[in-house]
Amino acid sequence: MPLPVPAPAPAPAKTDRLMPQSPAMQAAELTHLQRLEAESIHILREVAAEFHNPVMLYSIGKDSSVMLHLAKKAFYPSPPPFPLLHVDTTWKFREMITFRDQAAKDARMDLIVQTNQEGVKQGVTPFTHGSSVYTTIMKTDALKQALTRYGFDAAFGGARRDEEKSRAKERIFSFRNENNGWDPKNQRPELWNLYNARVRKGESIRAFPLSNWTELDIWQYILKEQIPIVPLYFAAKRPVVHRDGQLIMVDDERLPLAPGEEPEMRMIRFRTLGCYPLTAAMESPAATLPEIVHEMLIARTSERSGRLIDHDEAGSMEKKKREGYF
Amino acid sequence: MDAFDPAAFADYLARQERKDLLRFLTCGSVDDGKSTLIGRLLYDTKLLFEDQLAALQKDSVKHGTVGEDIDFALLMDGLEAEREQGITIDVAYRFFATEKRKFIVADTPGHEQYTRNMATGASNADLAVILIDARKGVLTQTRRHSYIASLLGIKNVVLAINKIDLVGYSEAVFETILADYHSVARELAFTSIQPIPLSARFGDNVTQRGDNLSWYRGPTLLEHIETVEVRGSESERAMRFPVQWVNRPNLDFRGYSGTLASGIVSVGETLVVASSGRTSTVKSIVTFDGEKPRAVAGEAVTITLADEIDISRGDLLCDADQRPEVADQFSAHLIWMHDEPLIPGRNYLFKIGCKTVSGSVTEIKYKVDVNSFQRLAAKEVALNEVSVANISFREPIAFDAYAGNPATGGFIVIDRLTNLTVGAGMIDFALRRASNIHWQAVDLDKQRRGEAMGQRPAAIWFTGLSGAGKSTVANLVEKRLFAMGKHTYLLDGDNVRHGLNRDLGFTEADRVENIRRVAETARLFVDAGVIVLCSFISPFRSERLLARELLEPGEFIEVFVDTPLHVAEKRDPKGLYKKAREGRIKNFTGIDSPYEPPERPEISLAGGMAAPEDLANQVIDYLRTHGYV
Repeated sequence: MPLPVPAPAPAPAKTDRLMPQSPAMQAAELTHLQRLEAESIHILREVAAEFHNPVMLYSIGKDSSVMLHLAKKAFYPSPPPFPLLHVDTTWKFREMITFRDQAAKDARMDLIVQTNQEGVKQGVTPFTHGSSVYTTIMKTDALKQALTRYGFDAAFGGARRDEEKSRAKERIFSFRNENNGWDPKNQRPELWNLYNARVRKGESIRAFPLSNWTELDIWQYILKEQIPIVPLYFAAKRPVVHRDGQLIMVDDERLPLAPGEEPEMRMIRFRTLGCYPLTAAMESPAATLPEIVHEMLIARTSERSGRLIDHDEAGSMEKKKREGYF
Repeated sequence: MDAFDPAAFADYLARQERKDLLRFLTCGSVDDGKSTLIGRLLYDTKLLFEDQLAALQKDSVKHGTVGEDIDFALLMDGLEAEREQGITIDVAYRFFATEKRKFIVADTPGHEQYTRNMATGASNADLAVILIDARKGVLTQTRRHSYIASLLGIKNVVLAINKIDLVGYSEAVFETILADYHSVARELAFTSIQPIPLSARFGDNVTQRGDNLSWYRGPTLLEHIETVEVRGSESERAMRFPVQWVNRPNLDFRGYSGTLASGIVSVGETLVVASSGRTSTVKSIVTFDGEKPRAVAGEAVTITLADEIDISRGDLLCDADQRPEVADQFSAHLIWMHDEPLIPGRNYLFKIGCKTVSGSVTEIKYKVDVNSFQRLAAKEVALNEVSVANISFREPIAFDAYAGNPATGGFIVIDRLTNLTVGAGMIDFALRRASNIHWQAVDLDKQRRGEAMGQRPAAIWFTGLSGAGKSTVANLVEKRLFAMGKHTYLLDGDNVRHGLNRDLGFTEADRVENIRRVAETARLFVDAGVIVLCSFISPFRSERLLARELLEPGEFIEVFVDTPLHVAEKRDPKGLYKKAREGRIKNFTGIDSPYEPPERPEISLAGGMAAPEDLANQVIDYLRTHGYV
């Protein structure tokens, strides 16, 4: 059970604390979700105020949904003063694309869809080129193409520090050189909530408003704020095949089936969403938000294990980030 | 919890929502077992997933340093290279939660050269866990960590006396260390210190009490951090609202978006714009979730006012009865965070709240040895050094002393050319004279004076290597202008070094000060209507930028006398290159000190390629075509 173990009701700590707390102060205390929300809004506004041409990278996943929701809050009653950018590898789940278009419309934001056409022409797919090469060409390169083409000097990403070790050390305003590369050894110190937004032409900042959120925070917030998410997060009967011990959904006819491989209908859902051939599903009966959160609390595997791209080797995420992956 | 019970689960979620947040940092060196302690906290609070555990077991065999056991430190050390070296080298953040609280842990390294990382982690922490190896007791680094935590305003400390298992769980050792530590802390500003004997490796007193420390009556580490009241009194402080973004969706709505830094703001309250002194009342507090009657410190909201007054990003809205100070000169504590030392007189950017202003350090009063807390004299401040300095901004800003309100008293320092964050500071107080120096408005201005002389005043700034031909060309230009009946003056090393700057040597700090004085002098000449020619090597872009910024746009003409080093060295009119090559002159530009060429000079002269007369003609042509003469 990974549920937090209730502490054995300790006696109040005996410290030589000098300042007693007044009742007025307690009333003014914010909960952890309120603090996280305020911090994220501060980051969103700071980027909008300091940069000429920001963009929000929108991946359609639950974290992106939370980030977009926070952007609506940050600038209300104005619409968020930047466009959304989706890097479309052409292998996203169909339901994601439908959801994406509606979300942009609801937020009154422009949507830029970027696909690496060169990669499409060369026939790059997860099956022909392997997940690593495919990700580099269809995701990293496509992202860099978009940033260069539109001259964005800041890009929001929905990454969280609890997701992966290299992210735990990344700044909230994370500097990228003119090649979009990240240098983990040479990051700008980040103190208080004072973010250094100075970049030269060609350089940029990746800003991570959700840095201090955990997966559980995200789900609790989605529940509390009733934020719409892609239906794929909820369990339903869907066609899947078994591969390397993981369940892959057959979202369309492009998924090559091995001899004898027969899609079967299973009650499944997704903890994380990406390209469907690279995103493992889990069997689950959880069809409502509270059920998902409940299931998450008794889960025994961390979230990114459903993303096949991270499995290649230890430190793979750090390598990708140095090369310009988000 | 295994079966889904909607009612019970709703209740559980409601409890989760009421949790508050504690941010803390851990300080200690690699050997104190700091990463092991956090790994242990995550493990014992059951927040490791199976795949993480499996990966950890695999990694422990490969990189681990504790034999067959799980090396918890590997959980914390994020970046590949660091794992191979077996040390943590930057700030890493970890997250865990219990029934009572959510925690964000900043893990920072303990080595001396990493003061900057610790300050970074401390700036957002409510509490510091200072680790001590029970076998070693209070060390120099313990003093350093305590000093930095105190400097950044942390009030609550846990003194984690780790590896108590290695001293036989001895109470006497614990008491000795505690007494030693109290003598350190006497000089610092902590309000609470909780000592806890523990063993991160075996788990004693981390989350479980265990049987080995029966003499200890206090809380375990987890019990303490779950219950300790640390949050400052942000909401009880005076109201401060830095305007972050002006919200104007249409002509009917004008709101000011920002995060309430301290205090409480209510509809109907009178606010003042600190810098201008203009007041208005709060008309509404707008959020996506509806209007609110009041907002408390930490909330991100949008405020609208009853009156149309001039407010933009960087302004500070305040309680009209508790106004902040407004000044342009301060005394502050500075932590330097870059390899290039802090140099007085050099122009930097300072970001405080939502405002970024240019300014410089006018005087380093002293450095503080973070190990002994001694004050030391200093002309420069190097990486990871702490100093107390006077700072001058180009414009007045509203602020509070950091000790009274960190949100409006802390700032970062940014290098203008590299854009790197090179330092951080905490304002102590305004320098009184700042508010007493007022500009004298005079009727006669430089334009009038220039018109009377039949010219547009300007500073023509010749920069280039020693022996590049700067003074030769500048002299020719001045003669030509004089012949045209123009009013000129030439400032160069010879007439400045012997008088105005006689007290300066050739260290980097002195050279910066040299150029600053020259630039200020040039500005006075321009104000007098004169065309002033300045001929100085001035090797650093930032100093030339400082000179440029002292003048109005169009008054500074940068002339790059671009003579290759081998040509200048061959000329060597004063024999200086020879001496520099022999090591008899130090810090000689082009030899053992860099020359940073201008990126966009108004005029670039190919020195060594054309006769000095031709080069002078190019300058005169520029002055004519641009209407100076």
